[in-house]
Amino acid sequence: MGLRNFFDRIEPNFEKGGKWERYFPLYEMVESFLYTPKTVTTAAPHARSYIDMKRIMTYVVLATIPCIIMGLWNIGYQTNTAIAVHGASGWRAAILDFFGIGFNAANPLANFIHGALYFLPIYITTLVVGGIWEVIFATVRKHEVNEGFLVTSMLYALILPASTPLWQVALGISFGVVIGKEVFGGTGKNFLNPALTGRAFLYFAYPAQMSGDTIWTPVDGFSGATALSVAASNGYEQLATNGAGWMAHFIGTIQGSMGEVSTLACLLGLAFLMFTKIANYRMVLGCLGGMIGFSLLLNAIGSDSNPMFAMPWYWHLVTGGFAFGLAFMVTEPVSASHTNLGRYIYGALIGFMVVMIRVINPAFPEGMMLAILFGNVFAPLIDYFVVQANIRRRARRHA
Amino acid sequence: MEELISLAVKAIFVENLALSFFLGMCTFIAVSKKIATAIGLGISVMIVQAITVPANNLILTYLLAPGALGWAGFSDVDLTFLGLISYIGVIAALVQILEMVLDKYFPPLYNALGVFLPLITVNCAILGGSLFMVERDYNFAESVTYGVSSGFGWALAITAMAGVREKLKYSDIPDGLQGLGITFITAGLMAMAFMSFSGVKL
Repeated sequence: MGLRNFFDRIEPNFEKGGKWERYFPLYEMVESFLYTPKTVTTAAPHARSYIDMKRIMTYVVLATIPCIIMGLWNIGYQTNTAIAVHGASGWRAAILDFFGIGFNAANPLANFIHGALYFLPIYITTLVVGGIWEVIFATVRKHEVNEGFLVTSMLYALILPASTPLWQVALGISFGVVIGKEVFGGTGKNFLNPALTGRAFLYFAYPAQMSGDTIWTPVDGFSGATALSVAASNGYEQLATNGAGWMAHFIGTIQGSMGEVSTLACLLGLAFLMFTKIANYRMVLGCLGGMIGFSLLLNAIGSDSNPMFAMPWYWHLVTGGFAFGLAFMVTEPVSASHTNLGRYIYGALIGFMVVMIRVINPAFPEGMMLAILFGNVFAPLIDYFVVQANIRRRARRHA
Repeated sequence: MEELISLAVKAIFVENLALSFFLGMCTFIAVSKKIATAIGLGISVMIVQAITVPANNLILTYLLAPGALGWAGFSDVDLTFLGLISYIGVIAALVQILEMVLDKYFPPLYNALGVFLPLITVNCAILGGSLFMVERDYNFAESVTYGVSSGFGWALAITAMAGVREKLKYSDIPDGLQGLGITFITAGLMAMAFMSFSGVKL
């Protein structure tokens, strides 16, 4: 155990009175990433549980793996398909040519590597820039850098379009980490989802690079609308007749942000999170219920001018970021409601808002991001009313 | 009827006085520490708004607008330059009455609101409501709807804000940002979440 010895040898330098005392958070970050933390609670009361923050965060990152795999493959697939028509250019093409991988859209490995060449620069930028902010805040404010940032950075990178310029990636994660999380005191003390805060900031600050038909597949001259904007202008039937059917949307061979295209992969991740009890099933049920209920209601109302009214719930499920948000963001415990009844209501509010924004608001074709942020804002209030109702009920019972 | 409903939805969510026009910020930030107080203030703003906007609408239509004094024989008189001062006067008088009513019948709320109740007089959301009514040429029914729903939107915003701030009590906010600083940041982030309604056409 050479590594353990190394850590034990350098540890005194970082402890109180050591010469690198200021940089303890950095040491702690690396050490607790590699080993189980040694510190345990000593004063009562405390509960023992097999699940600590490190494990929660690691599990969430593990749960995104299906989305990453499907996402990388899909970007490569879409790009290679587009390249066959529009031709390849840029440094990625040079790398692919150099190694003789080529641009064959029928070859899964070529697709995957091509996708990784788009995903990795964005993900590395996110990690480096966000990581620098985390370390600065941890050093100055003397708290620890924890695994929460791994989750934030992974989710943030997965919900970006593949063509996002890297400086915007850096700007967005800076906003998400600093304004969305660190000014409130770090992991567990924020009230909005940091990844979504950064994404929403980019969306409103740079709409040209964050919405439209040309951003999803990064090939010059290619234009491909997302499922939701196709549905908004021509009705959802267009999606089914336009080559790709429901199943293609479920598996995820469509235009969209990098990690959120595949509903199947998101549901696999969600199943893992629910099995490990990290995702609370109440929020998932509430969100599905709200989405299904409101879309059925809109189906029943109908509209002559707006084709989105007729979109059935199973199409809402597979398009846009609904499944991804449902799996990884609605279930995020920090920014959600904390009471059991409140979790149903919180989920239902988000489900309702998604359909509301997608159908009734013509300004945004996609609604999951803003719906979750909206739910985050009202989550504490929902808790308050649930608690008040409980207090009143018990007071009546014992009166 | 359908028009009035869409006007109400618009005033509550799309054109929320607090989170999309940033009106009434002083009370919005000062009285949002506790949910119970925020609900109280929200309801008072709603009541004041629901009375003043229609009252000012009547004053505008029957006294101030060009030709409004026709019933008294002065059909070519235009008194709109007196608009601002009349609206403020009406608001101030109504707040005084509301204050007395609360003092008499709801003393806990009266004590909780404290100095902020008289401050509703100079709450820009209230005057803003009346001025929007003038600018957009609302008729009486519309101004009743607009008054109630814009007040409700403001109340909803301040209650959500109070909820978030109660949650933030458990946060660890840097020294320089405690109090007002973090509240402004919170209000900004909430406004971003409310952007989900911007662009809704009804």
